[in-house]
Amino acid sequence: MSDNQLLETIERYLNGEMKADERKKFELLRKEDAGVDSKVVEHKLFVSLLKQYGERVELESRLNAIHDEIDVHTLKEDLMIHPMWVVQFWRQHHSKISVAASIGIIAFLSAMWFSGKLNNNTNSEIVGLKNKVNRLEGSINIQSRSINAIKSEKNKTTTDKYTTSATGFAITSDGLIATNYHVVEGADAVSVQNADGTTYKAEVLYTEPQHDIAILKITDKTFTKLGALPYTFKRADGTMAEQISTYGYPGGYAAYLPGSLSSLYGENGDTLHYKITMPINFGNSGGPLWDSKGNIIGITDSKEAHSEGEHFAIKAKYLMDAVKNIPADSLEDKVVLNKKNTLAGLSEPQKTAKTKNFVFMVKVY
Amino acid sequence: MSKQLKDSTPTDSEVILGILNNSEAALKKLYTAYFPMVLQLIINNNGNADDAKDIYQEAIIVLYNKVKAGDFELSSKLKTYIYSICRRLWLKRLTQINRYGGDIRDFQEFLPIEEEEVEQHNDRNIQFTKMESALKLLGEPCKTIMEDFYIHDRSMQDICERFGYTNADNAKTQKYKCLQRLKKLFFQQK
Repeated sequence: MSDNQLLETIERYLNGEMKADERKKFELLRKEDAGVDSKVVEHKLFVSLLKQYGERVELESRLNAIHDEIDVHTLKEDLMIHPMWVVQFWRQHHSKISVAASIGIIAFLSAMWFSGKLNNNTNSEIVGLKNKVNRLEGSINIQSRSINAIKSEKNKTTTDKYTTSATGFAITSDGLIATNYHVVEGADAVSVQNADGTTYKAEVLYTEPQHDIAILKITDKTFTKLGALPYTFKRADGTMAEQISTYGYPGGYAAYLPGSLSSLYGENGDTLHYKITMPINFGNSGGPLWDSKGNIIGITDSKEAHSEGEHFAIKAKYLMDAVKNIPADSLEDKVVLNKKNTLAGLSEPQKTAKTKNFVFMVKVY
Repeated sequence: MSKQLKDSTPTDSEVILGILNNSEAALKKLYTAYFPMVLQLIINNNGNADDAKDIYQEAIIVLYNKVKAGDFELSSKLKTYIYSICRRLWLKRLTQINRYGGDIRDFQEFLPIEEEEVEQHNDRNIQFTKMESALKLLGEPCKTIMEDFYIHDRSMQDICERFGYTNADNAKTQKYKCLQRLKKLFFQQK
């Protein structure tokens, strides 16, 4: 049976045009053949939908005809509620009013912003908070230092009999320390002591005597990783006459020293050193030399006596090269120097507070 | 005008009987009686006169179909029922076009209308829209043959004569071809 014939049969069946025996035969076929059955159902639904659609179209046209006789316009005038003039004004112009109001607010805010009122207020508040936090930190540090002092005094009497002391600073948070080669030259053993007074055993990992650079590694099992370094390293030369500073342990006690970069050349025009004007002392050897933004631009180096206040510092470029030259087999991980400076914009006391935990006293036995 | 409308307000049973008997006069009375009420609702709630016409006609169709199907039970005044359906439909439309501000200004008492009641109507509208576009795509002469035979219940004899088919078999074959195509067009739509 072709599709057309089947459709015709279904139609005759649905319209009740079949004779009794034909009808019986078809109903049997419907029962046996699910395909035929579903066709019957589908056809029935589709035809009735088509019929209903026609009725809907007709009803709609009847309703439209009735609708056209109604005077909608007059009715609308009668039925519209006319609100008070304020409400009406708001309804008609609320978008314009909103735009005007937001422009006003933006103008006010930007005026505040440019005049610096907004800016200064929040900033000084933040700085105030930071200072508070720093002050708290400071008092905690003082307490722990006094505790450590008591501890180390105990130790000193028994074991801590180092021959010379100098300064070193962290170049990674896992315990690599930079200092001068002349500090550790010929040493039997080295250790480093942090700002709290805790001493850690260390070893000389790598040296470059020609540049007076030594890299130590803290080997003490009690050493825990430092936090992220707050300073970065600057390969390019510093700027002449810029303000610089160092922090170290001259005479065995922590000291902050400011100064200025007086020359990009060392003695007799050598390019390894900067000439710096700074009241540093012997214990400052191996200390960090910062520019005003908190970049390390060199290692202070005071091995020779010079004219009053005039000293030298090894340029950071040579330190960075030395770090690269460390043989890979003496390292667990590749050294990656910190690239995120968190000191920029801080005052000198704030910088010092942030950096002092990364500067160590190097003790040589 | 509103006085005149008031006078011609049909009783509820008059309307229902009128719909069942396909009375044109009853339909007209019903339509003109309650349109102002719905117009008032719509134009005072962010709509215009065309919106009012759409919503009102939809509500009348809902009522009409319910009465015809025999499952309309008048549990309140017809006026309240129509108002409630229009209110429900309009709220839905307002939400769809993002113009619903969260409140609606009412002018009549109203019944809570089940979501289902409008949903059913909506489903059917979707089917009809599909059928309309399928018929449009079908083109002539198929469209007229389909409408004549399945909607207007014309006989194959009539159709044969109208379209000038030489014999009834040709017309029948043509009709089945048209129907198959119409079904295909209808079911293809998403």
